[in-house]
Amino acid sequence: MRSRFEVAIALAYRQNTVLFKNPSLFLPPMLFPLMNFVAFAGGLSRLRHVPGFEFKSGYTAFQFVFVLLQSAAFGGVFAGFGIARDFERGFAKRLLVSAPHRGGIIMGYALAALVRWVMIAVVLTIVALIAHMRVGGDGVDLFGLFALAIIFNQVGLLWAAGIATRIRSVQAGPLMQTPVFMALFLAPVYVPLSLLSGWIAAVARLNPLTFLIESGRGFIDGNPTQVVAAFSIAGCMLVVFAIWARTGLARAERAG
Amino acid sequence: MGRADTQSRDAGIEVEGLVRRFKEVEAVSGIDISIRPGEIYGFLGPNGAGKSTTVHMLTTLLPPTAGRATVAGFDVVRQGPQVRATIGAALQEAALDPFLTGREHLRLGASLHGIRGERRARLIERLLERVGLTQAGDRKVRTYSGGMKRRLDLALALIHDPSILFLDEPTTGLDPQSRSALWEEVGRLARDEGVTVFLTTQYLEEADVLADRVGIIDHGRIVAEGTPAQLKAEIGRATVEVVPEDTEERVRLAALLAHFGTETAARPGAFAVQLNGHGALADVIRALDREDLRAAEINLHQPTLDDVFLAKTGRKLEGAEDEEE
Amino acid sequence: MSDLARQVGLIAHRSLVRTARQPGAWIPPLLFPLMLMAVNSNGLRAATHLPGFPTTSFLGFFLPFSFMQGALFASGIAGVDLARDIDTGFLNRLALTPVRGSALLLGQVGGALGLGTVQGLCYLGVALAAGVHIDAGAGGALLILLLAVTVAAGFGALGLWLALRTGSGEGVQSQFPLLFFLLIISSMNLPRNLIEVSWFRDLATINPVSYMIEAMRSLVIQGWNAQALALGFGFALALLIVSMALSSRQLRYRMTRT
Repeated sequence: MRSRFEVAIALAYRQNTVLFKNPSLFLPPMLFPLMNFVAFAGGLSRLRHVPGFEFKSGYTAFQFVFVLLQSAAFGGVFAGFGIARDFERGFAKRLLVSAPHRGGIIMGYALAALVRWVMIAVVLTIVALIAHMRVGGDGVDLFGLFALAIIFNQVGLLWAAGIATRIRSVQAGPLMQTPVFMALFLAPVYVPLSLLSGWIAAVARLNPLTFLIESGRGFIDGNPTQVVAAFSIAGCMLVVFAIWARTGLARAERAG
Repeated sequence: MGRADTQSRDAGIEVEGLVRRFKEVEAVSGIDISIRPGEIYGFLGPNGAGKSTTVHMLTTLLPPTAGRATVAGFDVVRQGPQVRATIGAALQEAALDPFLTGREHLRLGASLHGIRGERRARLIERLLERVGLTQAGDRKVRTYSGGMKRRLDLALALIHDPSILFLDEPTTGLDPQSRSALWEEVGRLARDEGVTVFLTTQYLEEADVLADRVGIIDHGRIVAEGTPAQLKAEIGRATVEVVPEDTEERVRLAALLAHFGTETAARPGAFAVQLNGHGALADVIRALDREDLRAAEINLHQPTLDDVFLAKTGRKLEGAEDEEE
Repeated sequence: MSDLARQVGLIAHRSLVRTARQPGAWIPPLLFPLMLMAVNSNGLRAATHLPGFPTTSFLGFFLPFSFMQGALFASGIAGVDLARDIDTGFLNRLALTPVRGSALLLGQVGGALGLGTVQGLCYLGVALAAGVHIDAGAGGALLILLLAVTVAAGFGALGLWLALRTGSGEGVQSQFPLLFFLLIISSMNLPRNLIEVSWFRDLATINPVSYMIEAMRSLVIQGWNAQALALGFGFALALLIVSMALSSRQLRYRMTRT
């Protein structure tokens, strides 16, 4: 077990070093959430006046939750690009040969994704607070929100890792991103679920991510809602995609 | 303007004091070259010597900092379009579009040169046949091997029937078979069609085999110029290397060979002398026979262009690029 | 003049063929805006209940966004293709032919124009099939297409300038977030008068992209609005002219033939 952690820490250190030395890898995952936040919270704040829109913490907080979770998911996906790049350039092969515990490899990438996302989350939170975001929840509520986001970040990474280890090329990028993007946008992005109508309402009701987003909004509003459902779904996704990633790694190992 | 229109013009190249500076680096430091029409001129030098920069200036892709050059009688600075109309160039990269087919490349090239209709169609087929790409003509270039890309590159350089051809390291990265095929075509162009060829290379053998005359460039200056034979003769004579059948006869062998020249470096077990003009290989063999000295192996080494480069610069050509780094 | 036209045609043909042969390059720009159109037009339908919202059809309101996003993609494709030409030395090969610099640029924009036309027809077709009513009628639909194509050409030319400046595909793509930001800080999601946050509204007001969007939108939800059309076409043409001028200047540094 100790050795697995050593592998994970060494790999995470390397991933983050590569990231910081290459602004072109680091900046887009940082900029996109900020741009989205500005667009949604800044450009769409009038939506809070739509009849039936009840969210006492305000539209900035409403959108902050979505953008936070989106950044968490995509932080994981972008880390998955790094895995694909490592396979394409042969580094991953060296890793498979040298690491005593294969599980440590996925853990390392997951840790790197988390570190990367924490920085983004800090910047995003600071920007939201500067934009006078109102926080209705207490410390426990906020812990719940960020815990959901952390799990979501790891889910994003594990999903992308499973793709990366199977395709082993940066061409897999769109395949990693697009389903995550669609899953997020088929949820209540701009208005609460109760104000959606038509086919998108039906899809959003079935979309597991809706529970995470609505629960997150409940946390920031100080009105926790669907907490058990949200964490259960998040936990299940974590387990399912961990298996997905681990079996992908095994497949990559067999392919040589 | 093709070859027919320039037959009355001089299809040679004249270069006087050509210089090219990039900020603090002087890549070409005042070179003078005179190339006759129909000649194959080999421009030999290590990486970073200034070969490609020279080619870029002579093909009007880079203006010189100082000096003068005319190509086919046209000034490379003041008469750029006329120069381009008379030259073809295959530069260091086989600059091709991976999404177009070979035929589409030739069609585009021909069309841009104003060649149209039936004439264009015939020209494309003739060129594809000439470079051995008829079968592959409708395949996208990204499916081509390195050799095929180079051949298409050459075909594109010939599309408008130029009287002067610039080839910038045309066989770098090619397998020996593809290289030979390209040499054959270049030789034929010069011999049968009178095309003047300016060829840059870092391969000694290429310059030796193909070029009528060779200019050796190092650090932006021409350090030697002449026919390969002249250059080699300038710096030294042939070396004879003998491996005795009986290793105990080595001393006798050394004494015998000392009559024919000065001892020089040889492989382990062999003895070599650089001939001093008092006899040729045949004389050495006769002498060995007279003294009943049996040789397991006898080799005659002629001086190479690398020896010429070494004599002029103090460095071997093949190691020179490593020293630049 | 006919020589220039012939050269433009040759380069444009090549540009179109290349784009068509890279499905990975044109399928996402076609599908992604459609996906977003479907998702956002439903997700934001509640906005039509806001007092002062100019239409009951959010799909009609949001349609121009697809054209703008498509134009951004066209910019990337045009830029990356030219950057590839610089990288592989193909630009040098073209420089050795009699092709004029202006023909080279105009022809390269041809690819963006072609893609913009296909995209425009696609988005319009899907929108009409989904029940969008264009207040300005068939003439308005044609004008939307014309404006969309002009915008695509303008952004395509911008992509060319980025390619000539950076000389690499990565360099072009790294500018994409900035261009996307231009799209975000606009009236793409709400009319400018309904944007609550004052600094956002001010930025959207000075952003030329807002006027291009509003011109297209006016044809869908208002009918014929001369001012909106003049501003939209004016900014689109200005983008095209300025980008072509910048590209032309930059080409002189990249293609330094005598």
